[in-house]
Amino acid sequence: MNYEDLKSRLTQLSPKLSPLFSQEFGDAVIGVERGALMATARELADIGFDRLGMVTAVDRGAYFVVVYRLHSRSLSTAVFLKTRAPRDEPVVDSVCAVWPAANWHEREVFDLFGITFTGHPDLRRILLPEHWVGHPLRKDYEDEHIIRRPDYI
Amino acid sequence: MPLEIESRTSIESEEGLPVEELVVNVGPSHPSTHGVGRVVVHLDGEIVVRADPVIGYLHRGIEKMAENRTYLQVVPLTDRLDYVGSMYANWAYCRAVERLADIRVPERAEYLRVIVCELQRIASHMMGVGASAADTGAFTMFIYAFDVRERVIELFETLCGARLTYNYVRPGGVSQDAPEGWTDDVLAFCAAMPEQLSEMDTLFFGNTIARGRLKGIGVLSAEDAVSWGASGPTARASGVNWDLRKHDPYSVYPRMEFDVVVGERGDAYDRGRVKLLECYESASIIVQAISQMTRGAYKADGLQRLITPPAGDAYDHIESARGSLGVYLVSDGSPRPYRMKVRSPAFCNLSLLPMLAVGHTLSDLVVILGSLDPVFGEIDR
Amino acid sequence: MALVDRIGSGMEGLGGGIVLTSVDALVDWSRGQSLWAFAMGTACCAMELIASSFSKFDFDRLGTFPRPDPRHTDVIILAGTITEKMKPAVRRLYDQMPDPKWVIAMGNCTVSGGIFYYDSYTVVRGADTFLPVDVYISGCPPRPEALQDGIIQLRELVRMESIAPGKRRERTPLLPGAPAVSASDADKGEQ
Repeated sequence: MNYEDLKSRLTQLSPKLSPLFSQEFGDAVIGVERGALMATARELADIGFDRLGMVTAVDRGAYFVVVYRLHSRSLSTAVFLKTRAPRDEPVVDSVCAVWPAANWHEREVFDLFGITFTGHPDLRRILLPEHWVGHPLRKDYEDEHIIRRPDYI
Repeated sequence: MPLEIESRTSIESEEGLPVEELVVNVGPSHPSTHGVGRVVVHLDGEIVVRADPVIGYLHRGIEKMAENRTYLQVVPLTDRLDYVGSMYANWAYCRAVERLADIRVPERAEYLRVIVCELQRIASHMMGVGASAADTGAFTMFIYAFDVRERVIELFETLCGARLTYNYVRPGGVSQDAPEGWTDDVLAFCAAMPEQLSEMDTLFFGNTIARGRLKGIGVLSAEDAVSWGASGPTARASGVNWDLRKHDPYSVYPRMEFDVVVGERGDAYDRGRVKLLECYESASIIVQAISQMTRGAYKADGLQRLITPPAGDAYDHIESARGSLGVYLVSDGSPRPYRMKVRSPAFCNLSLLPMLAVGHTLSDLVVILGSLDPVFGEIDR
Repeated sequence: MALVDRIGSGMEGLGGGIVLTSVDALVDWSRGQSLWAFAMGTACCAMELIASSFSKFDFDRLGTFPRPDPRHTDVIILAGTITEKMKPAVRRLYDQMPDPKWVIAMGNCTVSGGIFYYDSYTVVRGADTFLPVDVYISGCPPRPEALQDGIIQLRELVRMESIAPGKRRERTPLLPGAPAVSASDADKGEQ
C-alpha cells in the first residue's frame, strides 16, 4: 500500500504513532526517541508487525542511527523504525523480548559498532574474534592492517 | 582463540554415578560443515544439550569495503557474498541502487534478470539438496545434483563468460545481452531437467534410509519460523506461506503464474523436499519469461558510469534461494555508498540452530545444519 | 631414525647412488600419480574445488581424491579467503599433515588477498605469509581445469623428493632456458 494509506491505517490502529511518521524514497519511517523505543516496538508488534527483517546501525558522527526493518504479513507492508543513540553513550534497549529474531542482529551491531543493547540475553561478539579491539564499522576506526584503496574513479 | 567454555560436571545419572557433560567442537573444518562454521556442542551422552554456532571465520569486511568503492565497483563484491547464487546477490544490490538513484530498468533487462535468477535458484537448490544429502551419507545424490548444476553453469558461461562469480546484473540492467540461440539452450535445459529431478526425488527422498534420517529431525513450528526471522524454503517448509515473488512482487513476477511450494511438518525432510520441488516451479517461470520477452534495450538509457544518487537511504529485497535477501544502502550524495548493509537470510536461518538441535543426537545436528542451507560468505560477509 | 630413512641412507652408498635414484624415481612417480588432497575450502573457490572433483571434471582420474582428514593427505588445497580468525585453524591443520606434504594456493585470495586486498581489516593477504606454498593458481575463481593443471605441475615438485633423509634431487625446469632448480634453492622455500 502507498504511504498515505499506510499512515492513515496505522494511526487509526494506534493514534500514538501519528507524530512519528515520515517518508523517504517511498518507505514509511517511524522515528522515535531512545526512551520510547520499547513502547513503540510493542505497539507495532500488537498491530501486526510480526516479523523483524533486520537491525542495523549507521554512524552519523555525533550519533548512531539504529535502524529496524519491520514486516507485516497481515497488512502486507513494511516500515522502518529508527532511533538515535549519542556517540558518547551508545546504549539502546534490546527488542529481543518483542521479536526473538533480534538476537543475532543486535549481537552483530554490538560487534561492529559498539552499541550496547540493555536486556539482551547474550551480548558478545559474533563476527570478529573474541580478542578483537575496536569496532570496525565506525567511521573513526583505525587499524594498521588496512591498506586503503587508491582513488580509482 | 578458543572460546571460554564452562562444562558442567554436576549431572547425575540414575544409578548415582557422576556424569560429566561433554563439550565437542564441530568445525571450523569438518567434513560436514558447509563452509567454515563452528558449532560448540554440549552433549549429555549422545544427546545435544546446547549447541552454540560460532561464525565469523569468513568475515572479510565487505560492508566496510563497500564504503570505499563506487556503486558500480561494489557489484563484484556482492558476487562473493552468496557465492552459490551470485546472480541474485547482484540483483538485490542493484535493486537498492536503482531505488536510491531512481533508475528505470528496461523490460528486456527485467526478463533477463528473472531468467538468470531462476536458473541460479535451481543451481543453488541443487547444491543445497546435494550437500544435505551428503551429510546423511548419500554421496551419489550430491553428484547427481551437481550434474544439473553444471548444466546451469554452462549456460551462464555462454551468457557472460564466468562460471561462478558473474558480475552480470548491474545497476540499470544487465552487462550484456543474451547471445543468439541462448534462449533455445535454456528451453532445452528446462525440458530435460524435470526428468532428472524426479529421478533424484525417487532415489533420495523416496529412500527408506533417507526418510529415517530426515523425517522428524529439527522440527520448526510456523510461529517460531516467523518470530525468529526465518524465510525462504526453511520457513515455507514449516507451513508459512510467504514468498516475496508472490506476496510482495517485484520486477516482472506479477506476470508469471507459478505455485508457492509449502511444506507441512517443518522437519529436515520437508526443507529438502521444498527446495527440490521449487526447481520445477522455477523451470516453469523461465519458460514463461522466455516466451514473454521481447527485443529491446538491455541497459538503462543515459546511465552514468559514476552513479551519484541523492542523499538518503533505501532498502530493497528479493527472494533468493535461501530466503529474503535485502540490501540497505545509505547515500550521502557522493559516488560512494555511505553505508551498505546486507540482510542475509542464511544468517537469520542459522540463528535457529541452537533451538532446533536440542534433544537430538550429534549426527542429527549435522543433518539439521545441512537442511538450514548455510552459505558462510553470506552469513559472515 | 625410521626404517625407511635407514634403507634410504643405506642405498646412498650402494653402487654410486644408482639404486637410490631408481628407487626414488619409482616412489616419486607413484606418489605423484596418487596425491590425496585435503580440501581446505573456505569460500567461493571451494565450489570450483568441489566441481573439479565431480563427474564433469573428475579429479579421481588424476589419482587425486579429496579427503576430509589432514592425516590421510599429501597436499592441502587452500581454496578461499583466509581471515585472521581462520588462520590458526589452517596452520594447525597443515601441521597435522604427515611429511612429505605440499601446499597449493588456489584462487586470488590465497595468492595475494585478491579482491579483498584493499580496505579489509581481517583478510590475510596471501597464504604464503604463514605457509610454504608450492603451487599458486590464480583466478577468481580458477577454472577446475586450472586446478587440475596445478596438480599436474605439482608432480614436478614431487619428483624432487628422495627417501634418503635430507637429500633433494635436481628438478628439470618447466620453461626452456630457465635455470634448473637445485636442491639448495628448494630448501629456501621451506620455513
